[in-house]
Amino acid sequence: MMEITLSHYLLLSAVIFTIGVVGVLTRRNILIIMMSVELMLNSANLTLIAFSHYLQNIDGMIFVFFTMTVAAAEVGVGLAIVMTIFRNKETLDVANLNILRN
Amino acid sequence: MQSFMFILLTIVTLFSALMVVTRKNPVASILYLVLVFFCFAGFYVMLGAQFLAAIQIIVYAGAIMVLFLFVVMLLNLRDMDNVEGKPNAWQNLGIFAGIGMGLVILAYLSGSPGMSIAPVGNNPEVYAMGSAKYLGKALFMDFVLPFEIAGVLLLAAVVGAVALAKKKRA
Repeated sequence: MMEITLSHYLLLSAVIFTIGVVGVLTRRNILIIMMSVELMLNSANLTLIAFSHYLQNIDGMIFVFFTMTVAAAEVGVGLAIVMTIFRNKETLDVANLNILRN
Repeated sequence: MQSFMFILLTIVTLFSALMVVTRKNPVASILYLVLVFFCFAGFYVMLGAQFLAAIQIIVYAGAIMVLFLFVVMLLNLRDMDNVEGKPNAWQNLGIFAGIGMGLVILAYLSGSPGMSIAPVGNNPEVYAMGSAKYLGKALFMDFVLPFEIAGVLLLAAVVGAVALAKKKRA
């Protein structure tokens, strides 16, 4: 069996980050866009923890802690905004959300 | 053993992440995302961050995903199937942008040396680093100001969410 190195973890989180980016760019359902953002945040967390383990330094883990806090706040407010949008526009398609245009 | 677990978790994570992005039904996406979060918790354990793995399951798989499910449930999504129409030009462009970005990252990482990462079980000191004791010490001594600011941020988020979700008196 091969040895698992830091590069494996970095590669994995890069691939998952890319999947998240593709999700944000290609999907039109606002809920799935938010989920793709969560994927990207988590892949960044994995990078931080992998480096924290590699460098034997706890600071990376503390950063992950705060990232999770911010992600929770983001989801709370974001989903409230989604509900307000749905109440007013009856749609979740971001292509229809152009009320700020002009 | 560790490399076997890594490969297994990687396969499940990549499959579920792809499913999150490609499923039409948001509920299916949410359930696959829960699976992704569990796999990430597995990676955290393998990297010696047991406390963060527990937090990952409680906060992400528990709280955040339940919030997503509740929103899908509360919104009456009968006509959800036709939310996604035909892909337009910028959506196709997004796929190419993503592939390009992936290639750039691959090219960069293929040049980097395989930095060895010690298995957690071999070193008790590393194993202890991710425990609640050491995290708590760092959090309440060196990082106490960011901790307080995070608390204020959460309070602001709560107030904002309530203010946004409240029904307007018309």
